[in-house]
Amino acid sequence: MTEPAADLKYTAEHEWIAVDGDTATIGITAYAADKLGDVVYVDLPKVGASIASGKVVGEIESTKSVGELFAPVDGEVVEANDAVVADPTLVNSDPYGAGWMIKVRFTGLPDGLLSAADYAALTGE
Amino acid sequence: MTEGEFHSQPARRENSPMTDRLSPLHDIHVAAGAAFTDFAGWQMPVRYSSDLAEHAAVRSAAGLFDLSHMGEILVVGPQAAEALDYALAGKLSAIEEGQAKYSLLLNPEGGIIDDLVVYRTGPDRFLVVANASNREVAARELRERASDFDCLVEDESDDIALIALQGPKAEEILRNVDGFDLPGLDDLKYYRAIPCDFRGHNVLVARTGYTGEDGFEFYIAPDAAPALWEAIAETGAGSGLVPAGLAARDTLRLEAGMPLYGHELSTETFPVQAGLGRVVALKTKEGDFVGRAAVEQGPAPDARILVGLRSEGKRAGRAGYPVMLGERVVGEVTSGALSPTLGYPIAMAFVDPGAAESTDLELDVRGSRVAASIVPLPFYKKESAHD
Repeated sequence: MTEPAADLKYTAEHEWIAVDGDTATIGITAYAADKLGDVVYVDLPKVGASIASGKVVGEIESTKSVGELFAPVDGEVVEANDAVVADPTLVNSDPYGAGWMIKVRFTGLPDGLLSAADYAALTGE
Repeated sequence: MTEGEFHSQPARRENSPMTDRLSPLHDIHVAAGAAFTDFAGWQMPVRYSSDLAEHAAVRSAAGLFDLSHMGEILVVGPQAAEALDYALAGKLSAIEEGQAKYSLLLNPEGGIIDDLVVYRTGPDRFLVVANASNREVAARELRERASDFDCLVEDESDDIALIALQGPKAEEILRNVDGFDLPGLDDLKYYRAIPCDFRGHNVLVARTGYTGEDGFEFYIAPDAAPALWEAIAETGAGSGLVPAGLAARDTLRLEAGMPLYGHELSTETFPVQAGLGRVVALKTKEGDFVGRAAVEQGPAPDARILVGLRSEGKRAGRAGYPVMLGERVVGEVTSGALSPTLGYPIAMAFVDPGAAESTDLELDVRGSRVAASIVPLPFYKKESAHD
């Protein structure tokens, strides 16, 4: 399995966050994608939607189960990844790259985001 | 992200709880990179790489499944057939040696304790295959019900491994496996089984399965199972055979409209509700059997019945989701998935009899309504039926 990328932050709910200025790119981890199995459907919030940390903002379905995407930050959605909606297999094939979900202009980052090492310890990988 | 089955960690031999049971093929699955799931106390492969690819391989070529968690119960003796006629819903005394039959273990109230495949492996000898989660209750019930008959009931599950080779290329692959002595394969029809020899080990080769494809199941001693698995895997690799996990097995059986215990079948469900009325031999069996009186009386007139549903879009109805007619809940989904073969969502659901003809049903998919139409089962049927 792909190891958690060192330059990203993580949540215990298995999202990753890449921070660039006031914009955060958000996706789900390779561990989460692997646990779900083949992703067949992705539902994301619309551009312009305001999201609040800890709230459900999307759904990721595999043949076997349904995962919810939680907003890891407060802010406004500035971009949703249409490519991953059109081709959900990107979540499995490239979770930290082409399989990203949304970009959010955030007003604040929550405390307690995990480092790659912390996240790896959490998942036992 | 959260997800219902997230709590199960990948299987690791060194830190698995003592209660986790491992298949005799466990090391092979680990080496193949399988992800594991807990199934009835067993650590079994849920997928090797991609459940969609494994599903597709079984539909187009072949897949190899480890089903060693299943329960195998032997019923042997001069009155074994009579005992099973009393214990089970079907007329097992009517099947010939070498034949198999799908049957049900009913409770006295007419509910389903388990669904089973019964093989007659000798004049006085039957092999009853039970679901892993029901192995103990099935063995106990059979033993109790057979106690007045001249036969023995032995739970042989720990001494029998089970491998399934399923898919349109299954027969071709099986013919090419080195070391298999299969004199009767030409005449081995669907729901028949023959004893064979694989490199000096006894193996029961059955033309049965749970995928909607042609295929075989192999009952073999656990210590011989790894060699058989590897021989089939090597032989089939060039034909597109892949190892396939329980995730693919579940979507395959769903497309084939086959019920799964705990989803479509329960101790509260009469066979006729699940479309299994034909499995109960009310007409052909003259004697009593457990559940007979209740089944003859039948379920309440408003008891829900199992239907197949096809819905729009990509979001599948899943087990527990309500089936709606306007603002009324008229049923509940028991199994559902975005069908890998068909490309649209399919589900099995129990619905009120009055709703079973409706053209206005909807599924409540986590708060959103999705239109659903009743369609005949199975959803998927292979092109040319093997006789």
